[in-house]
Amino acid sequence: MNYAITHRTLYEYAAPVSVSHHVARLEPRATPGQACEDFTLDILPKPARRRTRADYFGNRLCLFTIQEIHDELEVITKSRVSVNAPAPASLDNSLPWEEAARLFRDPVSPEVVTPYEFVFDSPQLRASRELADYAMESFRPGTPLLAGAADLTRRIFEDFKYDPKATTVATPLEEVWKKRRGVCQDFAHFAIACTRSLGLPARYVSGYLRTYSPPGKPRLIGADASHAWFSIFSPQVGWVDFDPTNNVQPAEEHITVAYGRDYGDVSPVAGILTGGGSHVVKVSVDVQPL
Amino acid sequence: MDRAVADRKSKPLASLLENYQRSPTAFDEVLSANGEPRSQYARLLPALQELGRTEWQRRRDACERLVHEQGITYNVYNDPRGTERLWQLDPVPLVISPAEWSKLEAGLIQRATLLNHILTDCYGAQDLIRSGWLSPALVFAQPDFLRPCHGIRAPGNSHLNFYAADLARSPDGRWWVTSDRTQIPTGMGYALANRLVTSRILPELFQEHHVHRLAGFFRSVQTTLTRLSPRGTENARVVLLTPGPLNETYFEQAYLARYLGYTLVEGQDLMVRDERVFLKTLSGLEPVDVILRRVDDDFCDPLELRNDSILGVPGLVEALRAGNVVVANALGSGLVQSPAFMPFLPGLCRHILGVPLQLPSVATWWCGQQDAREHVLKHLDRLVVKPAFRTQVRPPTKADELKRQIEFDPDLFVAQEDVDLSTAGVWDKHGLAARPVSLRVFLVAHEGSYRVLPGGLTRVSPDAGGQFISMQTGGSSKDTWVVSDTPVEEVSLLHESAMRVELRRTGNNLPSRLADIFFWLGRYAERADATARILRSALLRFNPERNSSAQPALRPLLKTLVAQGQLPDMEAKPELYQNTEAFEAELLAAIFDPDHPGSLRQTTEQLQRLAAVVRDRTSHDMWLVLSELHDRFARPASSLVMLAGDAVNVLTHTLLSLAAFHGLARENMTRAQAWRFIDMGLRLERTLYLATLLDSTLKLPDAENPSLLEAVLEVADSSITFRSRYNLLATVPAVFDLLMLDDKNPRSVLFQLKQLVKHFEKLPVDRNNSAGPGKVLLQKCLQRLERIDARELAGSPALWASSDAATVIRETLQDLPQISNIIAANYFAHSTLSRTGRESET
Repeated sequence: MNYAITHRTLYEYAAPVSVSHHVARLEPRATPGQACEDFTLDILPKPARRRTRADYFGNRLCLFTIQEIHDELEVITKSRVSVNAPAPASLDNSLPWEEAARLFRDPVSPEVVTPYEFVFDSPQLRASRELADYAMESFRPGTPLLAGAADLTRRIFEDFKYDPKATTVATPLEEVWKKRRGVCQDFAHFAIACTRSLGLPARYVSGYLRTYSPPGKPRLIGADASHAWFSIFSPQVGWVDFDPTNNVQPAEEHITVAYGRDYGDVSPVAGILTGGGSHVVKVSVDVQPL
Repeated sequence: MDRAVADRKSKPLASLLENYQRSPTAFDEVLSANGEPRSQYARLLPALQELGRTEWQRRRDACERLVHEQGITYNVYNDPRGTERLWQLDPVPLVISPAEWSKLEAGLIQRATLLNHILTDCYGAQDLIRSGWLSPALVFAQPDFLRPCHGIRAPGNSHLNFYAADLARSPDGRWWVTSDRTQIPTGMGYALANRLVTSRILPELFQEHHVHRLAGFFRSVQTTLTRLSPRGTENARVVLLTPGPLNETYFEQAYLARYLGYTLVEGQDLMVRDERVFLKTLSGLEPVDVILRRVDDDFCDPLELRNDSILGVPGLVEALRAGNVVVANALGSGLVQSPAFMPFLPGLCRHILGVPLQLPSVATWWCGQQDAREHVLKHLDRLVVKPAFRTQVRPPTKADELKRQIEFDPDLFVAQEDVDLSTAGVWDKHGLAARPVSLRVFLVAHEGSYRVLPGGLTRVSPDAGGQFISMQTGGSSKDTWVVSDTPVEEVSLLHESAMRVELRRTGNNLPSRLADIFFWLGRYAERADATARILRSALLRFNPERNSSAQPALRPLLKTLVAQGQLPDMEAKPELYQNTEAFEAELLAAIFDPDHPGSLRQTTEQLQRLAAVVRDRTSHDMWLVLSELHDRFARPASSLVMLAGDAVNVLTHTLLSLAAFHGLARENMTRAQAWRFIDMGLRLERTLYLATLLDSTLKLPDAENPSLLEAVLEVADSSITFRSRYNLLATVPAVFDLLMLDDKNPRSVLFQLKQLVKHFEKLPVDRNNSAGPGKVLLQKCLQRLERIDARELAGSPALWASSDAATVIRETLQDLPQISNIIAANYFAHSTLSRTGRESET
């Protein structure tokens, strides 16, 4: 499946900004099932300095600095991405989850060192026994790893209500859990914290979702905005994605932009401004199948 | 040894060691097992004994006085009594023999080299992790592993430019490392300060002992930092980045900056432009090559590291990546100070350096390893469990809860054996007493290896059985003497005669933030001066027999303080001014009450705070003057019950201190930017008080009352001048001419404004010619004053209240805040940072 994606972010500042530094992670990265064939990033006003490189996790990162006085910033990306998702991994034939977890106890063998990075607490996510207890209902003794992940995904979808008003990016996970409400980011975070509490590696994936308009079909939540889900490491097949917001296994309708330990590693555009005061941000995303 | 000789030797020590009670188990630094002084103390003990108690007391007092005068302090967090504490220094040094030291030195150099190798690998190839020598969790689970800094090249692969270690000596006499300091190795400034004090109070002993000097080490520090500069060593600009005056070791930061000759900067003084770091100064941006940091690494760049940091420099990580600046220690170096590394060091040392680890760590188990975890869970009762990584989470105190926590998340915990610290002698009232000590030692990377500071910071537990020493909880400290059998080389940073010096007539440009501090230093000094003068004149005229409304001379004085918000409004509280006791209490509160708005005490506190920020840029005498001024007011509330007469005395001394401050500023500071901003603050504030006083006077119906005008002259410090010119009672025209329009009187309004205009002309002008509006406004004020025809008004005192002169005073008062704002906007440019990027995904 091929997509043309336009992602527009507009910041309107209450006060003039004299200098601003930004980090953008907007370029869809290459994954085993995805290639980014074309990408442009336009910034207005024109940055004095701009540099693109890979970050620690291999995501494409663009750092730019605006050194002229401005009260608006617009960032527009256009990407062409082809997605050829591998056949969905068999859920029931995967390793029992305890066996997978055992691989991630010290000492680990060299080939799992990289996924091992995603077992630990990260700046926004902390494992706990309570989360482990919640996860355990999906990961009963002997449950195949991926079947457990699929069941956890389903339970989050059923137990939590999608509610953009309930949380902000700053809402701690405990509160999301207590309210049982939130958005894709909260659900992905919750799923990751649960899996890590069992000693299994899980990572945060940010990206886009193909949307359908009616008639007949229900509109998938997350339309026309950036989306987030999570990924769990299977020693047999590698990383396998799950989307708890929609209770699906991402295939050809999810486009990956970046991944990391939690949202903090992949936030799409972040900036530190001199001046600026408060700001309003307007985001529009268009995912068009070709 | 012959018995008689031994007797003679030990006898004189009897009274010195009378109360020296050694612990039966711990190693003692002073006495050997048989009670004889160790060789390195053989000279010191008899010499101390010989000094005698009276002399000792005198030297101890001198020690305290020096610490106080040098302002050696540290800050205690979360203390309602204020944060600053005087440094505690015991005058008896810890003495270390040459043989022992050279062994320690070798072990420390090896350890620093090893830790640097580990850092280089973790922030580069990560081979140690992949090959199983280092458990991945040690790196990946640590908040101190800064992923955005992975792959940044450190010049010469030197990540660990500075290293410190805490050492403890076990009962068998071996030294152990109890903690590694790789993030920000603090304390070398305190070690230096301790040395300067101790060598001054024990000069003869210091000479006799051939104590290794510290200056050579600091010269290496300078060389190392200069060589890090990516632009080459010529004119390399090194700055010391501080978190600010509230940081625990701010004193040390200012002290080191001054000693090493570096600009002390806060994050907001720096900015990144085109992937280069610049210092914002009054006359523009100046490139920075090397940053000696005292800010925790994750706070150093809000863009790529902690985005809630207000201490850092946005874009710094990218500037580092581009190789345009170097930070020492490298960002991310805090990684290897985790105690969880300790159990791995012997293996890593053999693997990396090919030799055994010389200097052992205190026995440590990291629970992330299964065997270690089992050992810890079995011996919880006799081990100390600590967080393995830097975290806010403390281990639970209940054993079963702790056990569960370790089992659930073992990576996060280490356990260590309790350390029996060795003891050394501290001076108490009756001679020496044995107290547990630990030693912090310091290293700097130098010419491909490390150099050790010959000495260190000895810390002393406050009680005999203490095992944990922290200055935060009442510990004391000592100088550390590494002695030599032969005379030592004298080195000083102060005499670099061998180097050719390029002559300069201007200093480095002043950072904008400091211009702001100096400006307010001038303003607060003058505010204190004006307030003290008004209150003194008021108290001298205050007659408890009559209520204040019947004392006309008081009225312009009180009205001035009311206008400045330093006394309650008279119109709103007439009863206060009828009741003489309440009124007197009100005046005393305006002087001494720390909670009274604008009280003199508050102002002196502000002064002290500002002076602390610019301590590395003002003379020591200036600091002394302001500290003494502050001390005069910083007394417990109980001593606030004072008589008006005592208060007058305090006010007079306050005025003398302020005169000393002004004198030092005027006569001892070069006419550079710092002085200029102090003087601008002073002129502005003086105009404010003077104009308020004149305005308040003219508004009174009995303004021409001579006793009232006398008081005005006195506050304006112009009585003598007046009497030398006029052989008559004070009149409105004569007083106002002298205080408003006389440009020869340094206390007149006109004089202040003329000085301000002169300053404006000397200040750097930026691209937008921004000194413009301030100068224009000042010129306008000046012209208004100069247009007043004093002669015309001279004949008719009553006219003044309704004349142009009264209007001009009011207009000047209105324009003053605007002038201050323009100065702030043009030169201080406080940029508030804001952040974006927290918008949510759906």
